[in-house]
Amino acid sequence: MTNGQQDMTGTDLSNDFVTFWIAEQLFGIHVLKVQDILAQSKTTRVPLAPPEIAGSLNLRGRIVTSVDVRCRLGLPPDTSEGGGTSIVVELDHDLYSLLVDSVGEVLTLAADSFEPNPPTLSPAIRQYATGIYRLEKELLVVLDVDRLLDYGRSAAA
Amino acid sequence: MDDLLAEFLTESNEGLQVLDNELVKLEQNPNDPELLSNIFRLMHTIKGTCGFLGLPRLEGVAHAGENVLGRLRDGEITVSPEIVSLILECLDRIREILAALEATESEPEGDDADLISRLNAAAEGKASADEAPAADEPLPQPEEAVSEEDAQVAEMVEMAEAVEVEAEASPESDPPVEVPAEPTPDVAKAAPSAPAPSSAATAEAKATKESAVANQSIRVNVDLLEDLMTMVSELVLTRNQLLQILRTQKESEFGGPLQRLNHVVSELQEGVMKTRMQPIGNAWAKLPRLVRDLSHELGKKIELEMRGADTELDRQVLDLIKDPLTHMVRNSADHGLERTEDRISTGKLETGTIVLEAYHEGGQIIIKISDDGRGINVDRVKEKAITNGLATEADMEMLSDQQINQFIFKPGFSTAETVTAVSGRGVGMDVVRTNIEKIGGTIELTSTQGEGSCFTIKIPLTLAIVSALIVACADERFAIPQLSVVELVRASGASEHSIERIQDTPVLRLRDRLLPLVHLRDLLHLENDFTEHSEDQDVRRDDFIVVTQVANYSFGIIVDRVFDTEEIVVKPVAPILREISLFSGNTILGDGSVVMILDPNGIASVTGEINVTDKAEEDAEKEVTRAEDRVAMLLFRAEGDTPKAVPLSLVARLEEVDLAQVEASGDQRVVQYRGQLMPLFTMEGSEEPTSESGRRPVVVFSEQGRNLGLMVNEIVDIIETPLNVELSGESEGFVGSAIINDAATEVIDVGYYVNLAFDDWFGAGRSTASDAGNGRSVLLVDDSAFFRNLLSPLLNVAGYEVTTVESAVEALQLCEDGKDFDVIISDIEMPGMSGYDLAEALKTKRWAETPIVALSAHSKPGDIARGREVGFADYVAKFDRDALLSSLDQTIAEMRGAA
Repeated sequence: MTNGQQDMTGTDLSNDFVTFWIAEQLFGIHVLKVQDILAQSKTTRVPLAPPEIAGSLNLRGRIVTSVDVRCRLGLPPDTSEGGGTSIVVELDHDLYSLLVDSVGEVLTLAADSFEPNPPTLSPAIRQYATGIYRLEKELLVVLDVDRLLDYGRSAAA
Repeated sequence: MDDLLAEFLTESNEGLQVLDNELVKLEQNPNDPELLSNIFRLMHTIKGTCGFLGLPRLEGVAHAGENVLGRLRDGEITVSPEIVSLILECLDRIREILAALEATESEPEGDDADLISRLNAAAEGKASADEAPAADEPLPQPEEAVSEEDAQVAEMVEMAEAVEVEAEASPESDPPVEVPAEPTPDVAKAAPSAPAPSSAATAEAKATKESAVANQSIRVNVDLLEDLMTMVSELVLTRNQLLQILRTQKESEFGGPLQRLNHVVSELQEGVMKTRMQPIGNAWAKLPRLVRDLSHELGKKIELEMRGADTELDRQVLDLIKDPLTHMVRNSADHGLERTEDRISTGKLETGTIVLEAYHEGGQIIIKISDDGRGINVDRVKEKAITNGLATEADMEMLSDQQINQFIFKPGFSTAETVTAVSGRGVGMDVVRTNIEKIGGTIELTSTQGEGSCFTIKIPLTLAIVSALIVACADERFAIPQLSVVELVRASGASEHSIERIQDTPVLRLRDRLLPLVHLRDLLHLENDFTEHSEDQDVRRDDFIVVTQVANYSFGIIVDRVFDTEEIVVKPVAPILREISLFSGNTILGDGSVVMILDPNGIASVTGEINVTDKAEEDAEKEVTRAEDRVAMLLFRAEGDTPKAVPLSLVARLEEVDLAQVEASGDQRVVQYRGQLMPLFTMEGSEEPTSESGRRPVVVFSEQGRNLGLMVNEIVDIIETPLNVELSGESEGFVGSAIINDAATEVIDVGYYVNLAFDDWFGAGRSTASDAGNGRSVLLVDDSAFFRNLLSPLLNVAGYEVTTVESAVEALQLCEDGKDFDVIISDIEMPGMSGYDLAEALKTKRWAETPIVALSAHSKPGDIARGREVGFADYVAKFDRDALLSSLDQTIAEMRGAA
């Protein structure tokens, strides 16, 4: 995971993160990756797709593939009502929306509060997390969008 | 890269492409001075520009080549295949250098001394004697040369990234005289008329004209066009959404402007599509050279004929079919055509022909590649399929030859016994098929052993915007490309189409065929995933079946609902979803929702293409309309309560006649109709028109320019129904009755009325129906639909099973197909092949023993004598039904007696 740390420090121009909640846990992705935040929108389900694919939706004429991050991280399905929110990211000219429980705020985080993943972290999360930020009240898990959406590799693994 | 260099590379590559083809033409017409000077000019341009750009190596090679061409032009040496090979080699070298130049932006290291000295020797006129060994081997490593060429072509595609919009802008650096004959359109124009020097002959004249045209056109980067296309696609989507919104609002001030927007967008879409269109000749451009090289290499004489090279299609599609086409032409040359000796020994022309043909048909491009070679060896395919484990011997027994031929599209299949440098390297037709299917196309093969084979490729005009049928299943909507949809069938318990099951496999009877069905719900696991919709099960609405055809495999997709068709913009799915072969993309509909586009090819392969139905056979089958088949019937009411019916095909028109206009001619009522007097009849026993005014519907029959009208009370309907005439009618004027629309309906006998109107039509009155036919099969050959439709029910009533065809040729085809009949009834006067010819032809065929009864409008003794001579069992006047029936009876009895 040192690799991930280098990524973070190497490519960061600012340490701004968009934070979001899934199953009571705070996560963050880099703000430069984020294109848009969507409230729940009309999604077309895609039959035969992997379970974490929530469907496709239309964002201003572009087709966005919706990924259920909860499912991707191996967390139990959301039982609460109220749909959730999507964070739209772009990867290789394709748009993806990450379905999360709720979106928090944009935080600027100090590099000295960053720590690599604890080795005991669940492998499902560790696979996509680059590290942890120690916030005052809670811990923020930084997700690597590229890895989260690298379907080819995870399928091969 | 330097703009000047980039321009030079594009120009030179285009020039080289033209040179290749011009040289091949030159080889065929060595004495065409126009052609030669055109070639010389092209080479000179390349040479001149290299000098200008400071490319010494390229200049050296081009100069040596130009030298030889100059000598040729001046008539100091003569054109020979050796010299052409040498010049082509020189062009290949130039290409190599250009490719390196493009990659590195500098001339590659290399020594051309050998080539140059050979070129110089040729220029000195020594080629024919001294250089013979070298000339025998124009392409030292053929295999490499071929693959190299592929690579070069690929590069050229990249290089030629600028599309020629109209004609070429003349390069600034060149003196005006040396404007190269504009490459792109010229190739297209020159290609179809390969041996004809006409295009070259006019090149000079064109050169001056084109410089004026040149100012009218510009080169546009392809990326820009692609971007424009994408934007137009978005615009189309937005327009669709706006129109959708408008539909929900009754009155809107946006209506007008939106309509205008709608038109403009449609026109814009068309315009942008046009800019992307290129003649298919561009994809063919390198084929003459390829075939020429192959012909030398394989020692075969091959002629390539190209038709429809100016057929335009989307650039993107063009790029994608280029390689499959090349592969197939190579295949045809290598193992489609026989070697020259073999051709001579089988009595064929020494020169084998490969025909490339392209044309538009119904929003598709059809490309045919055919050769007059040996055709596919069915036994070898069979053997190979069995050894490769693709099918068992038992399976093979069940398949027709054409079905067996389809195996060549399966992976790991090559019929070439020896792997040659040219083909048979394991990259087979399966790759071609995959590539074509990737762009939503299909490929079919027909082949006759000993006579050649023909591949038919159908591809969509463009990939970007397609028309699609929107369907729904389990509340999810999907789009099916309209191209693969043949028809829609509604199936429910109540209608005559209902889904039947063999174990758990649903099938549908559709026009006497079993259509395999797949349930979209099962295919996509819709019920399992979305259980909340499962209550649909109980309140199953009617099912809709989308009859889909992929190549020659037809199947039905069962869906819950069918919406309308919509122009959709195909967008690729996210990489995550690319694994799912059932979808070819996704799109945004007018209402803004995303739907998945089903891929019929994918569905076909998932459901197992086991029963590749034989298209050709199926078509033949379709034409054979048996009497039991569906017939369009006109239903009407006249006297009594029983509805009446007449085959619609017999009806010329439906009219209304004002009773006041009806006149009497003797005891016959007539009315003036289209400048003629048309006799009018009423059904027997129907109420006479009491009033002298008012209008009555009239059914008009017409044959040989004469009309007659049947006054009826009311026209009810036109309905398609299987016609099973069951009983002989009780009264005159009826053929019998049939169940139509769940009601007993009397089918009227048009012949009877025709007979009443014109005595010369039919000799006698009604025949009494008999069971004489006893289910015997009759083939009726008559070119007149009227008589086919007239006689078919009549014979049916008499107990015969009737098959009708419209010409002698079709009858012979049925004979070839292995059909058997007890007796043939044939018309004598038919366009093309007459009844006499048919009888003569059948003498040597399997049907030699089948008796033929001839029908003729005029039965003079001489005709009858001739008929007997060619082997007609009997000769019946066309309008004498009684005689026909008794003749059939008698003929069959004789046969029975003889047997």
